Amino acid sequence: MSLAVDEQQLREVALTQAEYDEIVDRLGREPNLLELGMLGVLWSEHCSYKTSRPLLRRLPTTGPKVLQGPGENAGAVDVGEGWAVVFKVESHNHPSAIEPYQGAATGVGGILRDVIAMGARPVALLDSLRFGPLPASRRHFEGVVAGVGGYGNCMGIPTVGGEIYFEDCYAGNPLVNAMCVGLVRADRLMRARAEGTGNTLLLVGAQTGRDGIHGASFASLELDASAEERRPAVQVGNPFLEKCLLEACMELQDLEGVVAVQDLGAAGLSSSVAECAARAGAGARIDVAKVPRRERGMTPYEVMLSESQERMLVVIERGHEPAVRELFAKWDLEAADIGEVTDDGLLVVLEDGVAVARLPVALLTDGAPVRILPSERQAGPPRMDLAAIRPGEPGDALLALMGSANLGSRRPVFRRYDHMVGDATVLPPGGDAAVVRINGSSLGLALTIDGNGRYCELDPYVGGQLAVAEAARNVIATGARPLAVTDCLNFGSPERPHVYWQLGEAVAGIADACQGLGIPVVSGNVSLYNESEGFGSIYPTPVIGMVGVLADYRKRLQAGLRAAGDFVLVVGDGPQDLAASEYLKVIHGQVAGRPPHFDLARELAARDFMLDAARAGLLHSAHDVAEGGLLVALAECCLLGGLGARCPGLRADGELALETAFFGESQARYLISAGSRAMPELQTLARRHHLELVLLGLVGGDRVEFEGQLKVGLAELREAWENALL
Amino acid sequence: MKFGIVVFPGTWSDRDCGLVVEQLEGAEVEYLWHKDADLRGADCVILPGGFSYGDYLRTGAIARFSPVMESVGEFAERGGLVWGICNGFQILCESGLLPGALIRNAGMEFRCEWVHLVCERADLPFTHYLQEHQVIRVPISHGEGNFFADPATLSRLEQRGQVVFRYSDERGYVLLDANPNGSAHNIAGIVNERGNVLGMMPHPERCADPQLGGSDGLLLFQSAVAAAVEALAS
Repeated sequence: MSLAVDEQQLREVALTQAEYDEIVDRLGREPNLLELGMLGVLWSEHCSYKTSRPLLRRLPTTGPKVLQGPGENAGAVDVGEGWAVVFKVESHNHPSAIEPYQGAATGVGGILRDVIAMGARPVALLDSLRFGPLPASRRHFEGVVAGVGGYGNCMGIPTVGGEIYFEDCYAGNPLVNAMCVGLVRADRLMRARAEGTGNTLLLVGAQTGRDGIHGASFASLELDASAEERRPAVQVGNPFLEKCLLEACMELQDLEGVVAVQDLGAAGLSSSVAECAARAGAGARIDVAKVPRRERGMTPYEVMLSESQERMLVVIERGHEPAVRELFAKWDLEAADIGEVTDDGLLVVLEDGVAVARLPVALLTDGAPVRILPSERQAGPPRMDLAAIRPGEPGDALLALMGSANLGSRRPVFRRYDHMVGDATVLPPGGDAAVVRINGSSLGLALTIDGNGRYCELDPYVGGQLAVAEAARNVIATGARPLAVTDCLNFGSPERPHVYWQLGEAVAGIADACQGLGIPVVSGNVSLYNESEGFGSIYPTPVIGMVGVLADYRKRLQAGLRAAGDFVLVVGDGPQDLAASEYLKVIHGQVAGRPPHFDLARELAARDFMLDAARAGLLHSAHDVAEGGLLVALAECCLLGGLGARCPGLRADGELALETAFFGESQARYLISAGSRAMPELQTLARRHHLELVLLGLVGGDRVEFEGQLKVGLAELREAWENALL
Repeated sequence: MKFGIVVFPGTWSDRDCGLVVEQLEGAEVEYLWHKDADLRGADCVILPGGFSYGDYLRTGAIARFSPVMESVGEFAERGGLVWGICNGFQILCESGLLPGALIRNAGMEFRCEWVHLVCERADLPFTHYLQEHQVIRVPISHGEGNFFADPATLSRLEQRGQVVFRYSDERGYVLLDANPNGSAHNIAGIVNERGNVLGMMPHPERCADPQLGGSDGLLLFQSAVAAAVEALAS
């Protein structure tokens, strides 16, 4: 119907012809190029969730402790004693694919600002990373790790946890998901609502440059050969500036007349002004001529779409600007008055007083038509070829698994992150969840981030469930009760019917598991179009960030065995096979079979047992049984504690029965150790929760031993484990 | 007695140091903004860890021009206690209050981990709660902690006993394997000739509480308090 734009221009702003027609229809006129650009970024998948929104409705987002669910800069949950924990995860996949260091660094910078905007002081960072296999993907791996560390270390925020997996499917499109956790007194939680007609909009922090233009649209396209040309769409981070911005924003809360703080992230000024106004049902008028620039000759289009980092929008009650300006000046930060809140529901952009764009706020933020795409169920997972498996020595398999890239020690990574600054990390990275205490109280926060792309590839629904279950077990293994979730949904192009189906299935799995376990989702992020030439679509990779709370952090549990003579026990025992296991992949090269079943009743029983036992102080250590199965979990407990374990042989009759017992990845299990005196109470507790509690063996010696079945020295195991990533 | 903790833009160990001081009997905290030359009656000035000014030029290179540093220099001149930790050590070297420099770790990577230090001077205001040759366990967290000095400076430091801490193994043996960053002579901390200005790369404020994995760092803080209280009394 329209002749004003051509296909090329629409592609540049990543809009379809149908979307364009919708815009013309709703506006009653053709948009100009600036308006088109603004609509393009705000209607991108990254900002509008137009594809995923209908699916995301399934997620449970409410609960008695939820102070803020999805829709704000970050979610917030009440953790007691007047404290709110604020957290969110976000992806920075495409920028990291092209420029690993800066992509990862600015990913961290962006998620920090989301938490800061809620009035919270960031207290921890976590990261979930996926790469192609080493050594080919070393450039991505090294660059991303250095970027995560470079930003967090300089900011003085500890990076306390994370996970890394290497699979072929991520070789062309690595995943970088960063999660930030902050704390604020619950009564000082802020919301980014541009309320109060006539109030002032201040742009603070960095100057605006041409970096990152179309970043949000870029994130909503597949990576192709032209991706290299999109390097300018990757922003450059300045953590020092952000540190100053953080401290200034913390001090800002003590001033009068501060209405709201909003991060400038994807789509820059366009989205932050529009979203801030939309939440208040207001409008806004800004003049791009008043935006401090880093470069000369920038057009309104460039100013409105720039994704320059380390910027915040602050809404101030008229009359309170001088004190606010003075505060930012103290930190040598600019604070420019760029406009005001209006009541007409329009976002009006001026250049030197002349209107250059005039769009309804609601059209920008909620106008993108929801896309229901064709969905096609993918064929079931390939079947395991058990006949092809010739089991070798289980000890050799254990060494191979412990020395594999996916299961090896993460110390070479986390020792490059400052994980101690803040004097609050009471359980450092390397175990299940990290525990960060709230200084000045006895509360502890258990933090984890987890996902298993292979499970999801084999069955996205079950994979979604298991991602939640596994994250919950990480939290529970420290003695903490899971509180809430933030999720990052990394998928391929939803325009492929089977990817759209995967997305729907995985979200349904997450929703059902969260519902069942009583853990609401309070924030999240969707990253689609994770595909690349030559490597195709990634595994569907939903990643679950979870926060749990310990009433008394001094009662936290860690994975390492503590004392020779203790009993080693397995909590929970379910049907067991080798399907979808790390063993099957690493030792026999098979990615096959249906992932282990998610059994809600067993998860709940095991959780209640663990939390009761931890609270009663009955346990000396606890570890979640996850990838690699029972034997890998035991080896990890031994290595972390520096103590061996002696166990009688497992009863295993039949073909591959021993391998299945050792390496099967049946869910809802924990490996615990306890003194012999705690045994009667533990057994009573297990009976009360209708739970199997299996005595595996005794702590002691300098090897992992199952009589007549396996005997591996700790030194040999440690050698393999610690060198896996070097 | 009062600790004055200097805050530069980019400093982040200030609050951690403050947290430790607040637990000490007889000690209070005053945060000193870098633009303010007034030390506000501090008996011991701490230059804490961080990335002052983003460490963009060289670590500590810009911070030394802050107004507060002029006062810190005069304070040190008068015999006042000055304690630089991590970035603070780098600032002390840049401002000439301590000799040498801290360069990029030999492994070219940031390192955050626990190390062992052997104390070679237990007679200082900062260390008199330790024994000579006592081994303490303290975290490091830096990318540029590789102590460097020309041979003449190094031998002067050694001859005059200005090396306070060296990286060692858990028994106190000063071995190459125990050196996390390539520092000359395994040096982790030095003091000026007069004994009132200490610079160290490791973070004692991160190990002043057994819940954080160790409490050896507390001994340094307690030493400084006792020394300052004694100085006030005399």
